[in-house]
Amino acid sequence: MNVHAARQGVFGAARSEDGIARGEPLLVVDNISLAFGGVKAITDVSFDIVKGEIRAIIGPNGAGKTSMLNVINGFYHPQQGTITFRGRSRRRMQPHEAAMQGIARTFQNIALFKGMTTLDNIMTGRITLMKRNMLWQALWHGPAEAEEIAHREAVERIIDFLEIEHIRKVPVGRLPYGLQKRVELGRALAAEPALLLLDEPMAGMNLEEKEDMSRFILDVNRDYGTTIALIEHDMGVVMDLSDRVVVLDYGRKIGDGTPDEVRNNQAVIDAYLGVAHD
Amino acid sequence: MSVALLNLIETTLNGLMAGVMYSLVALGFVLIFKASGIFNFAQGVLALFAALTLVAFQTGQVPFAHLVNAIFGTELHKWGPGLPTFLAILLTMLVMVALAFLIERLVLKHLINQEPIILFMATIGLAYFLEGFGDLMWGSDVKALDVGLPSGGSFWWEDVTREWAAEGSGYYGMYVDLLDVSAAIVAVALVVVLSLFSQYTATGRALRAVADDHQAALSVGISLRTIWVIVWSIAGFVALVAGIMWGAKSGVQFSLSLIALKALPVLILGGFTSIPGAIVGGLIIGVGEKLAEAYFGPMVGGAIENWFAYMLALAFLLFRPQGLFGERIIERI
Repeated sequence: MNVHAARQGVFGAARSEDGIARGEPLLVVDNISLAFGGVKAITDVSFDIVKGEIRAIIGPNGAGKTSMLNVINGFYHPQQGTITFRGRSRRRMQPHEAAMQGIARTFQNIALFKGMTTLDNIMTGRITLMKRNMLWQALWHGPAEAEEIAHREAVERIIDFLEIEHIRKVPVGRLPYGLQKRVELGRALAAEPALLLLDEPMAGMNLEEKEDMSRFILDVNRDYGTTIALIEHDMGVVMDLSDRVVVLDYGRKIGDGTPDEVRNNQAVIDAYLGVAHD
Repeated sequence: MSVALLNLIETTLNGLMAGVMYSLVALGFVLIFKASGIFNFAQGVLALFAALTLVAFQTGQVPFAHLVNAIFGTELHKWGPGLPTFLAILLTMLVMVALAFLIERLVLKHLINQEPIILFMATIGLAYFLEGFGDLMWGSDVKALDVGLPSGGSFWWEDVTREWAAEGSGYYGMYVDLLDVSAAIVAVALVVVLSLFSQYTATGRALRAVADDHQAALSVGISLRTIWVIVWSIAGFVALVAGIMWGAKSGVQFSLSLIALKALPVLILGGFTSIPGAIVGGLIIGVGEKLAEAYFGPMVGGAIENWFAYMLALAFLLFRPQGLFGERIIERI
C-alpha cells in the first residue's frame, strides 16, 4: 500500500485551514430535536466531535443514528437546536452546502452511481474542489484540462490507497458488495473532507472485508488526521476503532464517553439487553 | 433493379429522414427525464418558442409589437433589417438559457420533492403558458425560416438512381429532400457532441451522477438546482435545433408544438431513459409509418401515418413496457 503517495495532496491542507486545533470541537450538536409529523426521531440530543478523533454513534435499531447523520449533513432539518461546524452555526442547510464546507459521507445501503465506473464515481467526489466553470469544461482545453488531470492524479492515489486498481474501469453496479462499500469510501475521501461520516461501513461484510475496512478507517484517521464519525453495529469493531462513543436509544442520548465508560454504563446495558422501561 | 424495389428503398429512406426529426424532439424529453424524472410536456413548445425567437431575431421583429400597437396606437413592427443567422442563433440560445433559469426559479424550485405527476402537470401548464406567451410576443402568423440550409430534392441522387432502374421502365429517380439530409447530419452531430460532453467533462459527470442517484449526488456536493438549470438549457438547445429543422421544413407555425405528441410513441418504443433509444425509436416510427402508408394505406383509404405510431406504441406497452433500451422495471416485493 502506498500511504506516502496518498499523503501528498489527497488528504492535504486544503480543508484544514480552519484554525481548529486537534482535540478541540470540530462539530457541536446542540439540543437537536427532529420529528416526522408525530414521530419523534431525535429528542434533545447534544454531543460534540473533536478534531482528529474517531467518534462512534451506536444504539439499537431505530434509535435515530442515521437520522442524526442526516441532520449533520443537511438531508434533514431539525425542528430545534443548532449544529456548529468549524465555528459556524446553522439551522437549515442543503446537503450540497454541507459537502462544500467539508462534510463527506457514505450511506447504509450504498448510494453509488451504479452505471458509472469506479474511477468516475470517485471523480464525482472531487466536485466541490473543482473551480473551473461549465463553459471552461465545455471548451475543455486549457485550464479545465489541466485541472481535470490534477484531480485525476489525486483520485488515482486514493484508488491506490484503497487497493482497488483492478476495478478502476468497472461499472460499480457489477461489483460485489464489499468492494462497492470500498468505492463509496473512496468517493467520500476524494472530497478531502474535514469530517467524514460513515453509516455502517462494515454492514454485511465478512471478517476479512471488515478487517480491511477497519484498517482503511484507522489509516485515514491516523495518517491524515481526518475526523471520522461512524455508525456501526459490530460492537467489537466499535470498541477497537473509536476514541469516544455516543449511545442513542429511542432518539435520546443515554451514554457518552470512552468505549470503556460506555461498556460499563448501566443505561446502555439495559438498552441493549432490553430491560423494560418503567 | 425493379421499380417496386426502388420504391421500397425510397420510402424507407424518406422514413428514416422523417424519423430523424422525431428523434430530435424525443432527445429533449429523454435528457430532462433522465436527470430529473420529469416528463416535460413543454418540450414541443420549447422547440416552437425557440424557432419563433430565432425568426424574430433574423427579421428584426419588435417583441410584443401587436400588444404595444394596440395599447398605444403606435405603428411598431421592425427595429431594423435583422441579424445575420449565426448571431441570431447565438442570441436565441442565450434566450433559451435564460428561460431554463426562469423555469427553475419560478416553477421547479417550488416543487422539489413533489410527486412526478405534479411536476408533469406543471410542465403542461408551462406548455400552455409558453404557447400563449410566444403568440403575444411574436404574433401567430406562419413564418418562413431560412438558416441557409440546402433544401429541395437532390438532382444528383435522382440521376444516380434513375440509372438503377431497368431500361425503358420510365423510372425517373428517387426523391430525397436535401433539408432532411442536413437534419440527419445535424442530429448525428448533436448526439456525438452530447455524448462527448457527458463522458469527458466534470459537468457531464455531474449530470450522469444526478441521473443515477439524487441522494448520492447531493452528498458529494452537487447542487440539484444548478444541474436542473443546465439540463433545461441543454434541452432548450436541443429544442432550438429541432425548431430550426422543423421550421425550415414546414414553416414556423403553432402546430409545431403538436410534434411533441409524436415524440411520445417514440419514447415508448425507445425507452424514456435512453438517448440511443430516442434515436432508434424515432427511426423505427419514421420508417414504419411511411412503409405502412405506402403499402397498407390504399387498403384502408390512407392516413395511416396519423395513427400508426400510436398503435405501435400500444403494442410495445403490452409486450415490452420499458421500451427497447429502457431500464428494466424491477419491483421489490
